[in-house]
Amino acid sequence: MEDNKDFINKNYIEYVKGVSPKTNQKRTLLHAFWVGGVICSIGQTFRYLLQFGFNLSGDELSGYVSMIMIFLGAFLTGLGIYDRIGKYAGGGSIVPITGFANSVVSPAIEFKTEGFIYGTAAKMFVIAGPIIVFGIVSSVIVGLLYFIGFRIF
Amino acid sequence: MKRTIYFKNHPKIIATSTVAGPKESNGSINKYFEVKLNDDMFGEDTFEKAETKMLYTVIKNSIKNAKYDEDNIDCIIAGDLLNQIISSTFSARKFKCGYLGVYNACATFSESLIVGASMVDGGYMNNVICCSSSHFSSAERQYRYPLELGNTRPPQSQWTITGAGASLISSNGVGPMITAGTIGRVVDYGITDANNMGAAMAPAACDTLFAHFKETGLTPDYYDLIITGDLGTLGSRILKDLIWEKGYDIEKQHVDCGELVYNICEQEYQGGSGAGCSALVFNSYVYNKLNKGLYKKVLLVATGALLSTVSTQQGESIPAIAHAVVVEGNI
Amino acid sequence: MSEIVLMYVKVFLVGGAICTIAQLLINYTKITAGKILVYFLLAGVFLRSIGLYQYLVDFAGAGATVPICGFGNLLAEGAIKGAKKSLFEGITGGICAAGMGIAAAIVFGYLFSLIFKSKSKKN
Repeated sequence: MEDNKDFINKNYIEYVKGVSPKTNQKRTLLHAFWVGGVICSIGQTFRYLLQFGFNLSGDELSGYVSMIMIFLGAFLTGLGIYDRIGKYAGGGSIVPITGFANSVVSPAIEFKTEGFIYGTAAKMFVIAGPIIVFGIVSSVIVGLLYFIGFRIF
Repeated sequence: MKRTIYFKNHPKIIATSTVAGPKESNGSINKYFEVKLNDDMFGEDTFEKAETKMLYTVIKNSIKNAKYDEDNIDCIIAGDLLNQIISSTFSARKFKCGYLGVYNACATFSESLIVGASMVDGGYMNNVICCSSSHFSSAERQYRYPLELGNTRPPQSQWTITGAGASLISSNGVGPMITAGTIGRVVDYGITDANNMGAAMAPAACDTLFAHFKETGLTPDYYDLIITGDLGTLGSRILKDLIWEKGYDIEKQHVDCGELVYNICEQEYQGGSGAGCSALVFNSYVYNKLNKGLYKKVLLVATGALLSTVSTQQGESIPAIAHAVVVEGNI
Repeated sequence: MSEIVLMYVKVFLVGGAICTIAQLLINYTKITAGKILVYFLLAGVFLRSIGLYQYLVDFAGAGATVPICGFGNLLAEGAIKGAKKSLFEGITGGICAAGMGIAAAIVFGYLFSLIFKSKSKKN
């Protein structure tokens, strides 16, 4: 079948763009800014606590901080609070690592009704899967490039 | 080519029944609903089972409201939004009568009315139940994202209605008559934003309305009410613009089920949507007014966006359809 | 003490700014949450591999590590550190460094799916 797109009405699409309600730029940006800032500040608090309380540093420190933040994101998702924060803050709650936790936990809970294997476990990465795939692929590429770089230079 | 059919023997809607979810039960037309749920799980353990139970309840109640017995019913014509229309099929398995599954997304209800009226008008069947349903949570997880995912809803989005409605169409008895129907055409103007259903469906509604007025020779003034399915605020505005360009003014008669069902200024932005939307509003509010004689002639134009998650992800635009049904009061 | 206060200001500003960039992308290009996360992760990997992201981490601490680009930074850093030692560690380094985050997400995801039920929204 040839790709016949004759039916597309450019004038109509332009017209719809004109009448559609606009996103309130200032408000959404402000919400994203302050919620994102607050989530990062909570992360910083845990950083200080672990740094001074348990003398952690480097990879270990950032690993444990991520773990705590993921726990918080997952827990708030389970309680049904994170989606409300997300509705208010948009990018402010998607980009922090808590948003990553939210994208893992929400389908896991949602698809529980289809069973724990094909529901929870399989659907867990519906949204977060690409993050892990691209993360691992890119890190392997970086590792290989740096390996070659270190051997040559 | 003729798309309008006339039902000469005037099949009648002798009884209706509705079930509304908790959010709809607090909306602006809540006093017309028959069963109002406090819990959208309806005592079941999954959303899909809840939707099935809603549909089962409206079928059962519409038979009861007509003071009929299950044996009187010849056929159930039902549809919903879930894949392979499972809610309809699973609710119909509890009945002994025949079953026809129909799907036209949110236009399912008017499609089932046209099919049911044709059956009764042609004399093939005596009593047919036409129904459709939708459930916010089951539709959301199928078409969009998991419920718990923190995501902003864009301002042009709509809210899928939790609700179901059924009409019992009969060859005898008393009730508003179905006198004509205009079958819709699949219209696609190239809208790709799956959140902007109103804009995708408005051209289809315009096309069907235009065909209806042209083929019947009627004008919008003939009707007391032209009620669209789930265009929402934005879609309604676009429809009025489009049909005005074609030479018809529906400003005075037009109401949208999606706009009607929730209180104004809520967080649903453009209003309700879903296969249950037109079924819920028509079988409660409109049917009530028809029976009381407050409306004499009503044109129901349910609109549907025929998209799937696969077509959206493959970058396809959204085709839409609208079916019109003329219902005239008996009083 | 004033150092800690200053740090919090920097964390808030940098973290908030990264989230605001994401919101700008959402508003202007209508890309979805999943894509935002992938783009920001790749941005983090890229910035670390050209050697810029660690300055942001030193400057703003959690303001740079908590957003998902910090996760990308972690992956790239692990890979680079491993690559110094051997080819094998260059390949596994990124995954090892990010292992904590992935393990936590999977374990908590599974755990909470046992405890919690999906709730329908009212608005």
